[in-house]
Amino acid sequence: MRDVHIDRLVDIVGERRCLWRPHQVKAYACDGYTAEEGLPRAVVFPETTDEVSRICRYLYENDIPYLPRGAGTGLSGGATPTGGEVVISLARMNKLLAVDFDNLRAVVQPGLVNLTLTRRVAHADCYYAPDPSSQSVCTIGGNFAENAGGSHCLKYGVTTNHVVAAKVVLPDGDVIDVGAPFGDAPGYDLLGLLVGSEGTLGIATEITVRILKKPQALRTALAYFDRVADASDTVTDIIGAGIIPAAIEMMDQLAMQAVDKSNYHVGYPTDIEAVLLIEVDGLAAGVDEVMARVVDICRRHRVREVRVAQSDAERALWWSSRKMAFGAMGRISPDYIVQDGVIPRTRLTEVLQKIDEVSRRYGLRIANVFHAGDGNLHPLILYDSRVPGEAERAVRAGSEVLRACVDAGGSITGEHGVGIEKIGEMTYMFSEDEIDAQRAVKSCFDPKGIVNAGKLIPLPGRCVEVKRAREIIEENWQILNSFPDQASVQVRGAFAQEPGREASTSAQG
Amino acid sequence: MVNEPTAVAEKRSDFRFPDAPEEEKYSVCVHCGFCLEVCPTYQAWGDENHSPRGRVYLIKACAEGELPLDDSVIDPVFTCLDCRACETVCPSGVQVGALVEEARGQVFYARDAEGKRDPIMRFFLRGVFPRPARLRAIRRLMRFYQRSGLRRLARATGMLNVLPAQMREMEDVIPDIGRGPAIDVLPETMAPKGEKKATAALFTGCVMDVFFSDVNEATARVLVRNGVEVRVPKGQLCCGALQVHAGDRDMARVMAKRNIEVFEQSGADYIAINAAGCGAALKEYPELFRDDPAWRDRAVQFSSRVRDISQLLVEVGFDPPKAELPMTVTYHDACHLCHAQKIRYEPRSLLKSVPGLTLREMPDSDRCCGSAGIYNLTHPAMANELLERKMDDVPAGVEAIVMGNPGCMMQIRLGVKRRNQPLRVMHTVEVLDLAYQREGSR
Repeated sequence: MRDVHIDRLVDIVGERRCLWRPHQVKAYACDGYTAEEGLPRAVVFPETTDEVSRICRYLYENDIPYLPRGAGTGLSGGATPTGGEVVISLARMNKLLAVDFDNLRAVVQPGLVNLTLTRRVAHADCYYAPDPSSQSVCTIGGNFAENAGGSHCLKYGVTTNHVVAAKVVLPDGDVIDVGAPFGDAPGYDLLGLLVGSEGTLGIATEITVRILKKPQALRTALAYFDRVADASDTVTDIIGAGIIPAAIEMMDQLAMQAVDKSNYHVGYPTDIEAVLLIEVDGLAAGVDEVMARVVDICRRHRVREVRVAQSDAERALWWSSRKMAFGAMGRISPDYIVQDGVIPRTRLTEVLQKIDEVSRRYGLRIANVFHAGDGNLHPLILYDSRVPGEAERAVRAGSEVLRACVDAGGSITGEHGVGIEKIGEMTYMFSEDEIDAQRAVKSCFDPKGIVNAGKLIPLPGRCVEVKRAREIIEENWQILNSFPDQASVQVRGAFAQEPGREASTSAQG
Repeated sequence: MVNEPTAVAEKRSDFRFPDAPEEEKYSVCVHCGFCLEVCPTYQAWGDENHSPRGRVYLIKACAEGELPLDDSVIDPVFTCLDCRACETVCPSGVQVGALVEEARGQVFYARDAEGKRDPIMRFFLRGVFPRPARLRAIRRLMRFYQRSGLRRLARATGMLNVLPAQMREMEDVIPDIGRGPAIDVLPETMAPKGEKKATAALFTGCVMDVFFSDVNEATARVLVRNGVEVRVPKGQLCCGALQVHAGDRDMARVMAKRNIEVFEQSGADYIAINAAGCGAALKEYPELFRDDPAWRDRAVQFSSRVRDISQLLVEVGFDPPKAELPMTVTYHDACHLCHAQKIRYEPRSLLKSVPGLTLREMPDSDRCCGSAGIYNLTHPAMANELLERKMDDVPAGVEAIVMGNPGCMMQIRLGVKRRNQPLRVMHTVEVLDLAYQREGSR
């Protein structure tokens, strides 16, 4: 049953920290993106940098594909095994290694949960700024890999603006330090390259991040709008007025319905098109005045009602309602794909109309929850995987939405990564030369192309390269084929014939 | 490579018995993962298999014929504490507890069908808890054991060493067993003091009445003191929660039917319960009869009258005690009160009404203490880890840890004993009762 490779992994981490029986690894078939699944060959749970390094070295030397995984809350399939990879789970590397309150730095292991860092430094009035909706669960290592954002990134920036240094295990097991805890490290910006590389270039095992002092004061407002266009114009005008709010979030009626059915019930009016959640922070002396200006701008755009939170409990409920909105989709639909497109803020109304048009054309409901201030959209395409054909329709609808974002001058991802979900749209966004440059980087770090392969960067699309890639894969297929059951990938829906998908599925043989 | 839709249809579910996990329950899960960080077993191991999302995924895979009902599903399903913390955070409202209980039912019946039943488990689930006479006998034996000197002898001779460590320790923290179970000691009807506000039929429970009959008596006194007529239906049985948790759903239904009948006859407005686990089970009786319309309706009727004692007192209105009870306490949220029944505010408001009493909150007061029915006997390592964390969280300077569930009371007594701390472990209603008793002695 158990092959020699599993024995070697067990030698490194011990029997209890290695899962390899096919039924035991089933729970690792996908992350938060459930439209595609595949079985890993094994799941290992290292606890130290040295263990990660030894695992990577062994796997790399033996041409065994692998990928890292944090909490598995990613939304683009970055941690989904597609070809029988070994999953390196960093969930047990969850320590806060050091905090330097005077210099506002913290050193964490990758498995530390984002919000846990904030909780552990809160006693000194500090916090960690990037706050993805899943912050109560997702790990800083996962945020590092995906360059995660969050509601407060409008003012404070995304993960890459908060990571200053890291210890990284390279694909072949070598351990390097990148970045600098203070100042700017000379040479190429390898840290900048690694943040957001989706686990394709290495695994960060110690991450040094900035922590911030909590703002002296903050005010949070909830504003109901009859028309999406009025809400969009409000967002544009607030920022145009020189105010940089800590966050401006928008939800549409369908999203409000889902979350209002959950434990995080706010009681939104059922006849409004959009709700804005606006937060301003800063010195106590100024926030009331800034909030008054925000309220005034809302009023100038026909807001139906605007309220400023009167208590921490009220503010917390409004935020929970926003942050739990994705998870609440189960209240109104068995499955969903969340897209992550970015557009210039000023084109919000127009792109939302386009999304609405896609929704009607595909006969699928689309809920919208997003970071309006950043122009970072999250259309949630609702479908039922049990209805034949719906999953494929949802994927195609998502693809159209992303292309509309690119056409509007935006991007196919703001904070969720490309993973397997958006790999087809990479060629829509970038020219062949631009993608070649990215492939060249990948091959420097991972000449064998076995570390989280098939994610982020599409494989060569030109005929001759596809042919050569197939040959290489077939030559190496023996390795994967030793575990036929586990190496099989299941794709919920017929992605194979789709041009963008072809590259990623062919990578699995 | 592409999964054909027909391939799924051809696969056969390994849930072969009636009452299987329902599709509408697991299909609600969108795999977002918000449940991971509140799950005690995931926190301990970081293994997706032992997370709520993982368990639901495995149950779904098993239902769809992707996985057999083997250890890969059974271990995660039985390692679950059934603490329901995941249900509190789940934005989609996945009923993880019900799914896990239904999956355990499949395991229970599969083992029975294969002749692999666990005799000890079956003895307790079918031979003891559903039978009041045997429960009374056990209670009498234990009282005799405690009072006759046999206990000292057993300890002195090392006789107890034959027991597994966890049970040996448990023996040590069993409270002194009172003269008789409340179901026998209390009269069938107790008139309220002052103007009558309502009638409540007291659910005395099994473990509660064997080990903590004092709490039952205190409950009756507090209700009477607050203008509630108390009835004690003598024909009632154990609630069946242990059976549901273990997967013995048929036995649970037998017991539920008897209780529904008995409490219907009591004619009371409310059914008062002071054990969180039992309260949750009583409120979830309709779940047991989902395929039986006649009984489901009666179960719905029954469940709508069930109130935790703290909830009932707040609902009918209670008199704040007039005497001072100078005490500093902390409150532990029993999982089946806070997560399953969503009762957090009521017990605290009772405690805060006591003059002189200071309530000092403990961090993560709603994290499971590891008791979880008989989990501390079946999974001692995990239970001990959780108990250690719970004891670490007890704030300095408190004199008592207060809670509303007998399982937690036993477990936390064990924690107190291990740390040799001068701490009392009390039921919420006992604190209130103590305060009322002081009124008389003023």
